[in-house]
Amino acid sequence: MVVDPSIAYEVLQILHNDESYDYCVDVTAVHYPKREKQEFDLIWILYSFAQNERIRVKTQITDGATVKSVVGLWPTANWLEREVYDMFGIKFEGHPDLRRILLPEDWKGFPLRKEHGIKQQDQAWVQANLGIQSGQ
Amino acid sequence: MTTATSNLDLHEDKTFLDSTELILNMGPQHPSTHGVLRVILKLDGEKVLGAECVIGYLHRGVEKIAENRTYTQFGPYVDRMDYVASVSNGLGYCETVEKLINVEAPPRAQHIRVILTELNRITSHQVWLGTHALDLGAMTPVFYCFRDREEILKIFEKYCGARLTTHAFRVGGCQWETYEGFEKEVLRLCDFFEPKIDEYEQLLTTNRIWIERTKGVGVISGPQCIAMGVTGPVLRGSGVKWDLRKAKPYSGYEKFDFEIATGENGDTYDRYIVRIREMRQSVRIIRQAVESLPAGPIMAKVPKVLKPLPGEVYHSIEAPKGELGYFIVSDGSLQPYRIRVRPPSFVNLQALDQMVRGRLIADVVAIIGTIDIVLGEVDR
Repeated sequence: MVVDPSIAYEVLQILHNDESYDYCVDVTAVHYPKREKQEFDLIWILYSFAQNERIRVKTQITDGATVKSVVGLWPTANWLEREVYDMFGIKFEGHPDLRRILLPEDWKGFPLRKEHGIKQQDQAWVQANLGIQSGQ
Repeated sequence: MTTATSNLDLHEDKTFLDSTELILNMGPQHPSTHGVLRVILKLDGEKVLGAECVIGYLHRGVEKIAENRTYTQFGPYVDRMDYVASVSNGLGYCETVEKLINVEAPPRAQHIRVILTELNRITSHQVWLGTHALDLGAMTPVFYCFRDREEILKIFEKYCGARLTTHAFRVGGCQWETYEGFEKEVLRLCDFFEPKIDEYEQLLTTNRIWIERTKGVGVISGPQCIAMGVTGPVLRGSGVKWDLRKAKPYSGYEKFDFEIATGENGDTYDRYIVRIREMRQSVRIIRQAVESLPAGPIMAKVPKVLKPLPGEVYHSIEAPKGELGYFIVSDGSLQPYRIRVRPPSFVNLQALDQMVRGRLIADVVAIIGTIDIVLGEVDR
């Protein structure tokens, strides 16, 4: 299901409150740098125990746009949204603790963006914290 | 650590902590964290007020690597996420790609997959049981578990040449036909292993120390589990009868007769019981799968070069630790445009904070063990 970012939160809220989608399986994103505007797909995968149904909600957002956090609906989204922020740099509004989760807090760059090369790394960080030229 | 004395005004000095609250670092080099997990504990004496997990020490960027490999090349990488249950990882990945290219593995391949995956579930639970009991001071189970696990690893080795990171399956089926005497050996293993579960139970189930250390520790209710996205034995230990093998059957699981083991109280003891019962159910599934192993091909017709049509697909399986999902986006090229892994350990670990609150430090060790995490999967 693809929805407009402006109503994404309302749709998720309805799915949570009225349609018994009580389990948030995953929150993730996909980067499409070639698309003009709306560079990111943001995807929520939800599951309903009562109906044994899974649903994927997708919205397309622009680079730099903030999305309303769903931590209030599903507490599990806390770490999942942090990971999306860590890897793509998408900011979630109203998230209680939006910090990097897998990479060091002062790391620069968002590795899962397409322009980020596979061997690219934050040289300054590696130099300062590990005292070596390259982490690879 | 500091003690407040009346003639020294320590509270003014910010280099000293408040005497009632203490921050304690546990890990990343701590034997009971099962890898490189760092937990920052906020303590009031022995009592835990909160826990914050610091993860990422083992981050290898598997999802980024996937975008730079072909679908076939990425196969071995998934084994290295949850390395004690690599067969399950491989099954999840292969099935997701099969769903993407609209291919189904032949029945014989599905049976072989079920047999190996269930064997792998047993080994995963054995590693869990051994190390978890060791954390709580019981030395014997770890030796028993690893002794018996060896027999299963021998079958893996004979089948595909590897013991841990097996890479046993391919997109479309299995790479290898079973070796001679495979069925007999697996059935013999089932006969050998069933009494061993009783042996583990004799050591622990009615053991007073074990009960004292696990009953009522790390309680989490069913609705709390669902809100936190917790799946697998932890969810079932809280009384939610949900297993993807039943809810959304894959790889022919609907053909086998087995029960979902559940607990009632959602404490560490119930999760232990659930996993013990799951081992018994796995043996039951393996027996059925071997006895009804059909003849026929083990590979479906799959092109040598995988080039799926553009599209996206999500598929998940019941790994030993919970729901393991793969989300793959294809742009029609040889390489996946994006692969997202939904790891059960990562999501389950999030509930740690909730489970340790109000407990003692010693219980933190028990609770980390009972969630059953593998850091390779948490960090990917």
